[in-house]
Amino acid sequence: MPLSEAAFRRPANAAALVGAIRSLTDGARPLRIMEICGTHTMAIAQAGLRGLLAPGVQLLSGPGCPVCVTPAGAIDAVLALSERPGVIIASYGDLLRVPGSVRGDSLLRRRALGARVLTVYSPMDALEAARADPAAEVVFLGVGFETTAPGTAACLLAAAEEDIRNFSVLCLLKRTEPVLRALAAAPDFAVDGLLCPGHVAAITGAETFAFLPGEYGLPAVVSGFEAGDILYSVWRLAKMRAEGRPALENEYTRLVRPAGNPAAKAAVARVFQPADSVWRGLGEIPASGLAIRAAFAPWDAARKFGFAPGAGTETPGCRCGAVLRGVCAPRDCPLFGRVCTPADPVGPCMVSSEGACAAAWKYADGI
Amino acid sequence: MQDIITLDYGSGGLKTAQLIDQILVPAFANTALSQLGDGAVLPALEGPPVFSTDSFVVTPWCFPGGDIGKLAVCGTVNDLCMAGGEPKYLSFSLILEEGFPLDDLRAIVASAAAAAREAGVQIVTGDTKVVERGRGDGIYINTAGVGVLRAPGLGRDALRQGDIVLVSGSVGCHGAAVLMARGGLPCEGTLLSDCRPLHRLSAAALAAGGVRLLRDPTRGGVATTLNEFVEGSPLCIELEEDAIPVDGPVAAACALLGLDPLYAACEGRLLAVCAPETAPAVLAALRALPGGEGAAAIGRVTAARPGQVVLRNSLGGSRILGKLTGAQLPRIC
Repeated sequence: MPLSEAAFRRPANAAALVGAIRSLTDGARPLRIMEICGTHTMAIAQAGLRGLLAPGVQLLSGPGCPVCVTPAGAIDAVLALSERPGVIIASYGDLLRVPGSVRGDSLLRRRALGARVLTVYSPMDALEAARADPAAEVVFLGVGFETTAPGTAACLLAAAEEDIRNFSVLCLLKRTEPVLRALAAAPDFAVDGLLCPGHVAAITGAETFAFLPGEYGLPAVVSGFEAGDILYSVWRLAKMRAEGRPALENEYTRLVRPAGNPAAKAAVARVFQPADSVWRGLGEIPASGLAIRAAFAPWDAARKFGFAPGAGTETPGCRCGAVLRGVCAPRDCPLFGRVCTPADPVGPCMVSSEGACAAAWKYADGI
Repeated sequence: MQDIITLDYGSGGLKTAQLIDQILVPAFANTALSQLGDGAVLPALEGPPVFSTDSFVVTPWCFPGGDIGKLAVCGTVNDLCMAGGEPKYLSFSLILEEGFPLDDLRAIVASAAAAAREAGVQIVTGDTKVVERGRGDGIYINTAGVGVLRAPGLGRDALRQGDIVLVSGSVGCHGAAVLMARGGLPCEGTLLSDCRPLHRLSAAALAAGGVRLLRDPTRGGVATTLNEFVEGSPLCIELEEDAIPVDGPVAAACALLGLDPLYAACEGRLLAVCAPETAPAVLAALRALPGGEGAAAIGRVTAARPGQVVLRNSLGGSRILGKLTGAQLPRIC
């Protein structure tokens, strides 16, 4: 019988799991768990888990939303690129609303003013748009983590194979491991365990997170995305802390193999190489991004258009950076809910539906 | 060579007359329309009139389970029903873009006519305009409708603590079906728009008694509509998440697209708030009709969090269900 996600969504033993977590945790010394995947952020908020597990467990959202960590300077440069004659920007939907340095200025606004901006579900849709309109220059915005990197790589391989020259990728892809290392090594990092992103691990392999317990003494569980997956993973993290035995566990065995997906990893390695990358709120982190290899230069929008993102300016008072490091709860930001709401967002954590602030606002979980 | 709409069809001259005489009048056949006056002269209504209008711009114009013609009739028919009216007469106005295939227009008009027959309404007047290529998205339709009031006093002011919230079937079908069709995405199972006239369901619900409020959760979905019920009032709606019907294909499509079915549009569902005593009878009446088989009680009116909609699940978790902010944008991963 095929596994049903519904069985993980509302597991029969949910009450027992919640009870077990509560018996292992204590509000006086809460278990602080960080998730670093926007889908986890959303799943936790949608199921109301934050309120259900408080005060013994604090669930924190790390830099797991690809939209949130794309720096303002990069968005500014993308907006400028969208004004070039003949250019069509192809993007996943949730990047369209992200403002650059000027509040409210986004691809959505530029499109309303005449820029050609296409919403796509896959980079292959962008490649198809380039095939269909040879006079246009289609630029796909490659954002995301290891999850979207293989699809972007496959698309670049297809573009090279067919020699489609009016297509390029602006590569803003990020890597998970370097940012986790940067966070774990930071002096203000106060997290007891990591809820590791199941979809990233499906590509890279569960083993890529072994450094968390191995080098930083941090319990880590690779988790699926249903409420039952998350409850089980939280229970495993609570147990590891209680027993003082940090380790890496894989809860998402229905999808994640220890070594990941070799074909996807090979495609990524062929097309991309690690490169230093700037994260909104965190700054530049060595080898934390992916850049397109020189062999694929004709399809690299950064080379083709001389893409040079500036520093960008963040809105004063916006604490998205601290939110992304898990040192500030969304509600503790002075702008939250006052001047910064999903309808008129200031920071990226409020713009993206996966952002920690948007989830906190939208779901007000824990009531 | 394919016959297409040209600017001549909107000129008011020969081609306009052809369009009316050969496509519109035969499809909508009724005496009021065949007079082709500047307006329809209608018999007196046997009660206060209910009046509504709606415009339709859906892309793609044809989607699994319906098309813009059916939608344009159902949309206004349903608005009249939700206001407590029995729909009687509609207007049907077209804004066509140059180049739109005449065969497609025939299909849309036929589908609108079929929906009107099903809903028991007559299309008695209309208009046709043509815009230059590039100035429209193929076809836009506006309908306005008149009905006769059958259930006075429906509205949010009638809500009381303890009232039960019912929905007539799976939420989110139309929104999910259109988005999947728009993206050209294949889907497992049958994902059809729920587009249908609600006149029988609303009449049956009203006949069962104790109905305080009817609404069809179109744009913004169930979540946004329920918020409008209690916004600024001392009442709260508490929903049981696991009681809300979401068909498997809708849930799968929404998971794929990164959307929440509670915010996806319905075009053939109604939300009914009714007194606790009559709720079982209203539910049974809905379930006995086509399109109401999946009806369910999904929550109740309380005073727990005034002005807000709260969603509780069987895990013990709860959260606020807010209004939709802007358009739902597909997520990255």
